[in-house]
Amino acid sequence: MDKEKLEAYWKKNLSVIRNILIIWFVVSYLFGILFYDALNAIKIGGYGLGFWFANQGSEVIFVILIFVYTSIMNKVDREFDVHED
Amino acid sequence: MGLQTTIYIIVGLTFALYIGIAIWSRAGSTKEFYVAGGGVHPVLNGMATAADWMSAASFISMAGLIAFMGYGGSLFLMGWTGGYVLLATLLAPYLRKFGKYTVPDFFKTRYYSNGAAVVAVLCLLIASITYIIGQMTGVGVAFSRFLQVDKTTGVIVGMAIVFTYAVFGGMKGITYTQVAQYCVLIIAYVIPAIFISMHLTGNPIPQLGLGSHFTGSDMYLLDKLDQVVTELGFAKYSTSVRISKLNMFVYTLSLMIGTAGLPHVIMRFFTVPKVRDARASAGWALLFIAILYTTAPAVGAMARLNLHTTLNKALLTGGDVFAPENNIKYEDRPGWFKRWEVTGLLKFTDKNGDGRIQYYNDKNKAFQAKAEAAGWKGNELVVNRDIMVLANPEIAKLPNWVIGLVAAGGLAAALSTAAGLLLAISSAISHDLLKNFLMPDLSEKGELMAGRIAMACSIIVAGYLGLNPPDFAAGTVAIAFGLAASSLFPAIMMGIFSKTMNRQGAIAGMLAGIIFTMFYVFGYKGLFFIKGTAYFPKPVNGYWFLGIEPNAIGAIGALLNFIVAFIVKNMTAPVPEDIAEMVENVRYPKGAGEAAAGH
Repeated sequence: MDKEKLEAYWKKNLSVIRNILIIWFVVSYLFGILFYDALNAIKIGGYGLGFWFANQGSEVIFVILIFVYTSIMNKVDREFDVHED
Repeated sequence: MGLQTTIYIIVGLTFALYIGIAIWSRAGSTKEFYVAGGGVHPVLNGMATAADWMSAASFISMAGLIAFMGYGGSLFLMGWTGGYVLLATLLAPYLRKFGKYTVPDFFKTRYYSNGAAVVAVLCLLIASITYIIGQMTGVGVAFSRFLQVDKTTGVIVGMAIVFTYAVFGGMKGITYTQVAQYCVLIIAYVIPAIFISMHLTGNPIPQLGLGSHFTGSDMYLLDKLDQVVTELGFAKYSTSVRISKLNMFVYTLSLMIGTAGLPHVIMRFFTVPKVRDARASAGWALLFIAILYTTAPAVGAMARLNLHTTLNKALLTGGDVFAPENNIKYEDRPGWFKRWEVTGLLKFTDKNGDGRIQYYNDKNKAFQAKAEAAGWKGNELVVNRDIMVLANPEIAKLPNWVIGLVAAGGLAAALSTAAGLLLAISSAISHDLLKNFLMPDLSEKGELMAGRIAMACSIIVAGYLGLNPPDFAAGTVAIAFGLAASSLFPAIMMGIFSKTMNRQGAIAGMLAGIIFTMFYVFGYKGLFFIKGTAYFPKPVNGYWFLGIEPNAIGAIGALLNFIVAFIVKNMTAPVPEDIAEMVENVRYPKGAGEAAAGH
């Protein structure tokens, strides 16, 4: 297979992973832990925003992240013609 | 029909279901035994992974942990789910493309040596065995509590059932049984939660109920909870940090990396037909897991609030918590209270002899002074956190079949995890040690037999350890994560993402990571957890070396693993060219064949 094309595919994959992991880090480690107290000043219903991220939000966003990654990569696979038959 | 009969019938029906599935899906080849024939649909694989993943600890203990830890407990919620993002993006698709049966298979090929595979087998066994001891204890507790048999009988019955479907069915039997077990455990978890949420907030969805108004007041449930616990001298629910923010950060990271490094979880992604299914499978697994994990904080908070307000009437009416008439009389205690006293998980001692229950935080000095003025002589109630989930249906006055369902759910959670771990252990022994290393001439039939014998032996060892748990059993689950995080995850990730990582680097990194983690854990908990052999000074006022508790140290071990691996790699011979090419080939999905053994 074309070596340059594969390299471009891998670069694309790495950049998608980087973006996914940035969000992964922000919602749990930043919103759920480090900025917890500051975010709790914002209320959604009975939840402080920090509390919501730590207890529910992170988990929900993690699920979405994986499905988004899967669908982006399925598209990229086809674009670079490296998908399975 | 009596409660006990109902429990027997429901638990009996679920067991019949599991065994029926096991007979139907009996494994005929090593491929079916190790990877279920490589043809499990991603949604089903996701359910099976979720059941495999959610252990007795998730089902029984987690909500209780959160109830008493407050905000700090959310590190388990984030930590035990976030690892799936790492799995989906960093490991699962490439390992599926790699097309091997087991985790050490990967090490053998990618790091071109038996040495790397043997180190991986060792790390795998240390992490898995640490984990399984907790499961077998859980099986014993669940059986003895719900079936009213003694613990020994409980563990033996549990072993016999796992034996039936794990030994005959292998991965195939385990996978399909786990799908059924997932359904049982999630229904059993969610139904009582819905009732409790309705009762306390009027909102049937627990995830929303937690953010709603407390029934009969204009306060939000969480604010009410903060008020109630502080009135009893406990730390405020929504701000109680686990030791420190740094510790929570590192602990969460350890659980996440550990999740992605636990062999019995990684193995699940060898069983799907395609690379893209491996990515999607992680998503389905996490979706099914998240249903329980987002319900758990609601169950924890609501159960805690329910418990306090049941025992001290002033908390609801806004009266004086110290007034005697507001503390309920011991003789007026509710029925569930009596039933759980029998198990010893709820213990009352009338310290001031007034015949009433005073449940508060007597370790809070300022509050204790006020309490003494009111004639309270210390906290009188010891509540085991595990009853928060198990007694919930009784506290909420739910019908008997719900209690029976919770019993079946707890057993399903413990059995499914035990089976998955046993498969990881037995395949490491029969496939990676015997077939790939010691006896390469073993025929497929011989290997299948060896796999079954290894599984049977592991069940007996696990059962023995479950019956005679080393005194560290309770604290071991988190440590298993630390061990997997510090050894396996970094080496697998570097094997995919670095073309230049070589054998020497990977082996040195794994050894450095796991030895450091064990050294730190043993320093505080004793050499191999033997009491009195701890060589670090006792932590004073929550002070740990680096400010990090032993359960959380795995992330630092993982970091060390990466650093050592890169240093050693740069000092030793480069990777052979064909390996670099193989790594390149792993990175794109095209041409992924079916999972294959050895070479």
